[in-house]
Amino acid sequence: MHANLSNAAAVPALAVDYVPAEGFLSSFWLLIAIPLASAAILLLLGKRADKWGHVLGVGSIAVSFVLALTYFFQLRGLDNKSVELKLFDFISVGSFHVDFGLLFDPLSAVFVLLITGVGSLIHLYAVGYMEHDPGRRKFFGYFNLFAAAMLLLVLGNNFVMLYFGWEGVGLASYLLIAFWSDRPSAATAGKKAFLMNRVGDAGFAIAIFLMFQQLGTVNYADVFNGVGSLSSGVVLMMGLLLLLGATGKSGQFPLQAWLPDAMEGPTPVSALIHAATMVTAGVYLIARSNPIFSANLTLQTVVVSVGALTLLIGCIIGCAKDDIKRVLAWSTVSQIGYMFLGVGLGGGAYALAIIHLLAHGFFKAGLFLGAGSVMHGMHEQTDIRRFGGLWRYMKITWATFGLAWLAIIGLPPLSGYFTKEPIIVAAFERDDWTAWLFGTAALLGAALTAFYMTRLFVLTFHGPKRWTEEIDHPHESPPVMTVPLVLLAVGSVGAGALMASSVPDWLTPVLGGRGEHEAVLSHNVITILSIAVTVLGVGLAYALFRNGTALQEQPAGPVVMAARRNLYADAFNEAVFEKPGIFLTRALVFLDNRGIDGLVNGLAAAVGGGSSRLRRLQTGFVRSYAMSMLTGALLVVAAFLALQLGWLA
Amino acid sequence: MVGVSDFPFLSILTGAPLVGALVVAFLPRAKPELAKRVALIWSIAVAVLAAVMWVAYDAGGERFQFRESYTWIPAWDARFTFAVDGIALVMLLLIAVLVPLVILASWHDADSSKRSVPVYFALLLALESTMIGVFAAADVFLFYVFFEVMLVPMYFLIGSYGGQRRQYAAVKFFLYSLVGGLFMLAAVIGLWALGGKTFSWQELLSADFSTNTERWLFLGFFVAFAIKAPFFPFHTWLPDAGGAAPAGSAALLVGVLDKVGTFGILRYCLPLFPEASRWFAPYALAIALIGIIYAALLAVGQNDLKRLVSYTSIAHFGFIGIGIFAFTTQAGTGAVLYMVNHGLATGLLFLVVGMFVARRGSALVSDFGGAGKLVPLLAGVLFFAGLASLALPGTAPFVSEFLVLIGTFTVNKTVAVIATAGIILAAAYVLWMVQRTTQGTLNPALSTVDGMRRDMTIREKVVVAPLILLLLLLGFYPKPVTDVINPAVQATMQDVGKTDPAPAVQEASR
Repeated sequence: MHANLSNAAAVPALAVDYVPAEGFLSSFWLLIAIPLASAAILLLLGKRADKWGHVLGVGSIAVSFVLALTYFFQLRGLDNKSVELKLFDFISVGSFHVDFGLLFDPLSAVFVLLITGVGSLIHLYAVGYMEHDPGRRKFFGYFNLFAAAMLLLVLGNNFVMLYFGWEGVGLASYLLIAFWSDRPSAATAGKKAFLMNRVGDAGFAIAIFLMFQQLGTVNYADVFNGVGSLSSGVVLMMGLLLLLGATGKSGQFPLQAWLPDAMEGPTPVSALIHAATMVTAGVYLIARSNPIFSANLTLQTVVVSVGALTLLIGCIIGCAKDDIKRVLAWSTVSQIGYMFLGVGLGGGAYALAIIHLLAHGFFKAGLFLGAGSVMHGMHEQTDIRRFGGLWRYMKITWATFGLAWLAIIGLPPLSGYFTKEPIIVAAFERDDWTAWLFGTAALLGAALTAFYMTRLFVLTFHGPKRWTEEIDHPHESPPVMTVPLVLLAVGSVGAGALMASSVPDWLTPVLGGRGEHEAVLSHNVITILSIAVTVLGVGLAYALFRNGTALQEQPAGPVVMAARRNLYADAFNEAVFEKPGIFLTRALVFLDNRGIDGLVNGLAAAVGGGSSRLRRLQTGFVRSYAMSMLTGALLVVAAFLALQLGWLA
Repeated sequence: MVGVSDFPFLSILTGAPLVGALVVAFLPRAKPELAKRVALIWSIAVAVLAAVMWVAYDAGGERFQFRESYTWIPAWDARFTFAVDGIALVMLLLIAVLVPLVILASWHDADSSKRSVPVYFALLLALESTMIGVFAAADVFLFYVFFEVMLVPMYFLIGSYGGQRRQYAAVKFFLYSLVGGLFMLAAVIGLWALGGKTFSWQELLSADFSTNTERWLFLGFFVAFAIKAPFFPFHTWLPDAGGAAPAGSAALLVGVLDKVGTFGILRYCLPLFPEASRWFAPYALAIALIGIIYAALLAVGQNDLKRLVSYTSIAHFGFIGIGIFAFTTQAGTGAVLYMVNHGLATGLLFLVVGMFVARRGSALVSDFGGAGKLVPLLAGVLFFAGLASLALPGTAPFVSEFLVLIGTFTVNKTVAVIATAGIILAAAYVLWMVQRTTQGTLNPALSTVDGMRRDMTIREKVVVAPLILLLLLLGFYPKPVTDVINPAVQATMQDVGKTDPAPAVQEASR
């Protein structure tokens, strides 16, 4: 309690104030409207748009990107770097008022650039990847729908708008995971994603209710300015509920199990939605709500713990997987863990989490699209035990994947180094003994990341060929796929250094500045340590896997077995929620048909005069009985009418 | 001044479908097409009239508008009094929109029946007339009469034109309603005798009862309405009725007719018995809450599409119930908006399910499987209806559900939080239904069924398009409807003697 108070006092009272958008900037709603309109056209026109649907799909997101850049430069020229746009009254009942309102500020601007920029490249790639799929037009419709929802999520000026977009990306994600819905596994994965997300959404919704109940508003500005007047218990509860929502969308503990299954969707989906953008929505939510999270130390510790735990879960499972997309999926879980660690640390680390998120958007999209390119050339094979030696056959994919690999493991001077290492340093800067705990976890994660990513890279591109028999000559992908790979690789190389030097300052109006902190270890020692453990991880993996690996799953100790089974999270969910749920449902169906129905029928019979009559329901008497009741009712009505006409009165 | 407000809108709106019903009923049985067309055009004319009323209604004006009153039974002071507030008006609009669509959707429903086709459509129009009457009545006795008479056309629609077990379902529906009606009749008589020997709603509003009397009278009305809505544990007739009724009738049964229950609570229980309403509120909240969770779990476990949709409705009625008994402006407005949105969403869901059933000749989920491969468009519409049913933002039900929950949360956190768990279950029953019906590997038996080879016809597209459009429109811009509902709800809250709590922070600083 005491700690909370002293912490609250340390937070600078950041008065939030947005100015109305004027001039050209007042059209920034187009960012959302263009992909939304494109989605509507693609989905409504149906087969008629099959021939040119993909062109519209890519074009609309590209136009949004160009617009986003223009708005971004306009915003840079403004003194108050936050403009608001109230489109119309969305809900207005009593004292509850929600605008359909948008906010373009430094934080939403970087997200908009990421979503439309990386999004454009992935859209372009999908033109090639989905070329032979009969549902390509529909795919682009869903892709555009996703972009529109995600843009609404980051551009809303209140929590209800955020929730609106939040659920929208949930829908788009469902549609795209279950895109090949005639595969039962895809349909099930989509449903699982939606349901687990809804658990988080329920928490998020309750957080919004709490805001309204406490402060009478759901607008960012009013909520953030009102945080100071809330009791620390309320702040804690509000933050935990928001966190529950964030863990659902971002695949963090305890709601992480859906994300790897989401790989059932086409690979561009995994790249755009389940790596670069949607899953970072949780990070956005926490960063956006930074006045709430910064106001309570306990809350921050919970966020940091979730981040640290999840980053380790992701790494451990990632080491044990043999499916190229699943390794990358668990790696995403783990990298977002780093981001949660960052936003949980608070202060200057908010911005660190955001730059890691942006850098991750580039290299993880590059990794996924590279994986898609490999699968494209290998008859949709996803098992890394069945790859090997591919560097000779797909040189562009190999080179770009390699750069992204170096970027994610955080070797200088690639982007991951500039964005991950500062988070590790920040973890060591905590005030108490937890600095050691979380710092070590972050370091351990770096070592494990280096290990499993090197394993993935070496097994896929190097070592002996272990291909299945039908493959004789794997081919490189067409330019429409490799050009995005190259551009993303450029981002993986350069974006980190660039962003680390400029983005934190740019975000200061939203997230506050970076204060001076003392780490328990000196900065240089941490840097040397993190590079050392990374090199160690790379070396170990290279030594173990340069000569390939067994083609079958080998017996292993309990830790590896657990990692292969996703640390038993699915088994836990099945035993604790699914099975009892199914049992409960069946029991209730039985009860409702026999118990409640029987009881109420019995009651009704008693009122109606003797249960024997009701038993006739199943017999031929039914009709006559009903008819007599009906006649009775009609007689009553007739009597009333007669009364009115004065016959009986 | 003679203006639009002097035009006898409500008696014409009530009477017109009845006249139409008589006309259609006496059309020759050998000319079913003619009967269908006349019924359709007639219902569209009614819809146009309702739309004119919508325009003429002054949202910021008097609480009750379009008032008409004619002598009926002077000895009892029962009169033909019609008047609507915002709540009744939106329900009338809902009826006027749904009936033409249901008629169009039911185009071939009676063709294979041994019974007369014209009579089927006449019954639909007769049902429309009684439904309009029950919402338009502003005299307690008139309301009661419509409440009971409404059963008749629905009874025949289920019992004569329904599917399997239709007799059982129809009688069960009739008995349950009649039992409820008996309770209400007793309460109506009591109200008359103790409330000043009048049936005028306006006059009864100022009647004073002793605490006990008021509670008994409340209970009489409430039981009737709880059966009608239906609330747990009086719900078991609905899955049978909804499962056996033709899809179009089921859409009207669940979409509109059941709303008479929740409407009745808002119009009669709350304003006439405010003290009793407050006293009973915790119990009402409890059964509504049980309904949300219980019915949702049951919906997950159903293997019959129409029964499944019926159970989802019971869960939705739970939301409406807590919205009503939370006694806040947001929750109350949300509850009424929910009544409208649920009519559109569940109406659409029932109609689409009907299209599936008509093709397959079965409503069993297990008889489908992978249907999206054969009828992608129809599967898409089913999915959309499902999304509306689970209250996804962008569809109208989101706004109402959110309002109910946020309004309830300001006065009762526990209830709101448990009810919020219902949104997870809603996703479960919708997605599981969609998966088992339209996704996954194609059920081999399905591809041999002739009907399944044909995706949506133009007629079917015309049926679903307006509903989809309205659901989206009201999902993004609900203001035109909430602005009409809001004043009526605020007046009702005043009747109950409840005001919205101030934000906790302001409360604390006072």
